[in-house]
Amino acid sequence: MSNLLSITCFIPAVAALILGIFLRGEDEAAQRNAKWVALIATSLTFLVSLFILTGFDPADTGFQFVEERDWLLGLKYKMGVDGISVLFVLLTTFIMPLVIAASWDVDKRVKEYMIAFLVLETLMLGVFMALDLVLFYLFFEAGLIPMFLIIGIWGGANRIYASFKFFLYTFLGSVLMLVAMVVMAAQAGTSDIPTLMTFEFGSETFSVLGIQVVGGLQTLLFLAFFASFAVKMPMWPVHTWLPDAHVQAPTAGSVVLAAILLKMGGYGFLRFSLPMFPVGSEVMGPLVFWMSAIAIVYTSLVALVQEDMKKLIAYSSVAHMGYVTMGIFAANQQGIDGAIFQMLSHGFISGALFLCVGVIYDRMHTREIDAYGGLVNRMPAYAMLFMLFTMANVGLPGTSGFIGEFLTLMGIFQVNTIIAAIATLGVIFSAAYALWLYRRVVMGDLIKESLKTITDMTRREKAIFAPLVVMTILLGVYPSLVTDIIGPSTEALVSHYDTATAEFNGSTDVAASH
Amino acid sequence: MQADLNVILPEIILSLFAMATLLAAVYTTKDKAAGLITWATSAVFVLLGVWIMATSGDEDVTAFHGMFIDDGFARFAKVVILFSAAAVLVMGQEYMARRGILKFEYPVLVTLAVVGMMMMVSAGDLIALYMGLELQSLALYVVASLRRDSVKSTEAGLKYFVLGALSSGLLLYGASLIYGFSGTTLFSGIIGAAGEGHIPIGLLLGLVFMLSGLAFKVSAVPFHMWTPDVYEGAPTPITAFFATAPKVAAMGLFARVVHDAFGGVVGDWQQVLAFLSVLSMFLGAIAAIGQTNIKRLMAYSSIAHMGYALMGLASGTELGVQAMLIYMAIYVTMNIGTFAFILSMERDGAPVVDIASLNMYAKQQPGRAFAMLILMFSLAGVPPLVGFFGKLYVLRAAYDGGLAWLAVAGVVASVIGAFYYLRIVFYMYFGSEGATLETGRSPVLWTLLMASAAIMVLGMVNLFGIEAAAASAAMTLVQ
Repeated sequence: MSNLLSITCFIPAVAALILGIFLRGEDEAAQRNAKWVALIATSLTFLVSLFILTGFDPADTGFQFVEERDWLLGLKYKMGVDGISVLFVLLTTFIMPLVIAASWDVDKRVKEYMIAFLVLETLMLGVFMALDLVLFYLFFEAGLIPMFLIIGIWGGANRIYASFKFFLYTFLGSVLMLVAMVVMAAQAGTSDIPTLMTFEFGSETFSVLGIQVVGGLQTLLFLAFFASFAVKMPMWPVHTWLPDAHVQAPTAGSVVLAAILLKMGGYGFLRFSLPMFPVGSEVMGPLVFWMSAIAIVYTSLVALVQEDMKKLIAYSSVAHMGYVTMGIFAANQQGIDGAIFQMLSHGFISGALFLCVGVIYDRMHTREIDAYGGLVNRMPAYAMLFMLFTMANVGLPGTSGFIGEFLTLMGIFQVNTIIAAIATLGVIFSAAYALWLYRRVVMGDLIKESLKTITDMTRREKAIFAPLVVMTILLGVYPSLVTDIIGPSTEALVSHYDTATAEFNGSTDVAASH
Repeated sequence: MQADLNVILPEIILSLFAMATLLAAVYTTKDKAAGLITWATSAVFVLLGVWIMATSGDEDVTAFHGMFIDDGFARFAKVVILFSAAAVLVMGQEYMARRGILKFEYPVLVTLAVVGMMMMVSAGDLIALYMGLELQSLALYVVASLRRDSVKSTEAGLKYFVLGALSSGLLLYGASLIYGFSGTTLFSGIIGAAGEGHIPIGLLLGLVFMLSGLAFKVSAVPFHMWTPDVYEGAPTPITAFFATAPKVAAMGLFARVVHDAFGGVVGDWQQVLAFLSVLSMFLGAIAAIGQTNIKRLMAYSSIAHMGYALMGLASGTELGVQAMLIYMAIYVTMNIGTFAFILSMERDGAPVVDIASLNMYAKQQPGRAFAMLILMFSLAGVPPLVGFFGKLYVLRAAYDGGLAWLAVAGVVASVIGAFYYLRIVFYMYFGSEGATLETGRSPVLWTLLMASAAIMVLGMVNLFGIEAAAASAAMTLVQ
């Protein structure tokens, strides 16, 4: 099938359209139908996406399943996947049915809710598949609309503030990227991503308003893209929208946000920043390292003092994304492999953790840590699951969290030992806040009156967690599942990066010796 | 002579139509046939638009010794003007009838204004330019105060007239200077006198005065002050008209003057346009934040959008003119949909303009609310909606024209602007329960709203082929 990617990408959108046009009414039956249509559509998407995985040839470092059609402005509708993006596609299709299943108890505007999530899935898949600059931007930005609505309509008490903050923060970042894209398309004469990845943008130092810009145009373009991806990632100090958005979003929204949307920033770095602006990345690398190191330590400490469970996990996400940015800009095989691995594993783990919060939130309607304690007495199955994902979040060997952290640390150690040492502190801190959270919520005696009647997880809830448990442990004990697929592509990326930066370093050395 | 008359046949037909309806209505039924005349006028607009589209060849024709130019650019602008005027006419018909302000003069005046606009975009001479502009403006002054018993409406008309007269004065003064220093009123003569590179100081002065006068007409900052008051005071259907066709005509005239008469000295007017553009974008975005009246909000929104259209023009290239044309066509489509929505907002039969009244609107009318949501995101320039492509074109044009800083300013302003469009969405979807809003059952408004929203979504496929049309139109203007 030559248009497998388009089919995968647009199944959810078609389902959303069907829901929008044919489903009428607000009664019980209509709600149930909406849920089933959404669940079937996302599951179908997952099944179809498995064909992508089976048909994918890891040894080929180019783009596969490529489709191409003409579009406006000399742009192209071009889709394709390579070793870097294929697993993100799978991650998205894998998480979405679970998200829908986890939203089974939603009773407010169910139809619109399901439509928003289905549209969001199409847009997220499009981001990972698009091979044209503007097409990428289209998917990247359009995701803001459903997410804005999801937070704003189905969110918590302070949802208005959170939705506006989320939208404007990310919008500001990405419009700068749009300007950079216009510059790139004008310079290279094409908006085709594979071509741009081999195009060499100018890297001669010039001065803007009296400031010397080392790395020239590449550095400026890098910064414009950085503004967008750093906000999406999110990196310290532009991470402040994330805790707000997470806390106010409904459980399913948090899961999508943590598991998939945050990965767009990292994916963007790998797809654009490293291959297209290697010199810019090299020049700005130290800045990214320090921002990552601060993110890891600072947000871990902030996580320690949180009283809201979702906020704590949100800050822990920021810390874990710090490892990702660090690994990416270490720009060696271990670093990048580790970063991708960390993103995938964080997708499962943080998604699961938000679902864990959702389970008790649905019962008690509070996320205050103080409102809980001693849950193990009445919810043994829940305690067990929460334990597993807490450990995975900490990075216990045997879970997927360990592999990601270890590989990124190894990658950064070869480049900058000080940063590696600081980042390692984060591992200790993460154990502190995660275990402390676990102790306060699950351990101890069940003394709170309100918790006396709490019930353990239902079969539906357990079923949602099962795939996540499998993935977390499977990737923890057999990481080659992932690294075999991404390996050749990252290798090609690293060698491309090394050639480009070696040339630049050589030329600056010559200039310096004169 | 015969050939000359053939070139201006559409204008002649419209003028005759206006006179015939005027006479017929005066001598027969007066206001009773106003509804019929409105529909008929609208039909004539559409037919003329289709005719211009169908017969438009590649040839550029000039008539009356170059005073009137009929080229691809003029035809593109005329089609947009005619279609948008037709849509606005049918849109307001029911609203005005119910409030007793549907007078037969209204369609007649709009027809005359449209004739003026068609003259404007075809002007090849300073005198022709002024004639078109004044015909348009005089008709608009009158319709602004159509509601004679309302203080606000008469105030709007008067304000518009006084400031409009001032701007016409500026424009005429500039035109006289240009005539004095070039010895001709024909654009084709002025471009020769201006030469290449830099122009003599007298011509430059004249150019700046003319640009100021034109900036009034497109409501670009710092000549925008009349816009919010006039938008608020005029009856809503007339506001809708102000926000659409006259803007296209004025931008078309702008492009004519700077390219046909001063195409050789891009550097001399580029900074002026860039300055107008950046101020309009920022003022439009920031001043709209505090508005609670949706008509005032749309006034600031149109100021900001004119800033983006000017950004395309400021690039001084063919791509820039193409971007401006596409931007204007998209802008007009979005505004027609939005005003169709505003026209339908009412409570107990009285029109409502407070945006807080949209509270939880999505619950009562999910379909309309969703269409409005699409229009708002499109106005904000969020992909994948068509409004985004308009921005993309002007950004690319600005970068190609060496105005990268303007492009950066534009995107920053668009983020600020996104806030107030989101606020409307916020009221419709997240607001708290409040007094309910009735939205009339007018099928015309519903159709226009839905069609406009559908265009915003479906247009992402190929913009309905407007790209190529705008490109060939721009090619005829920029040599």
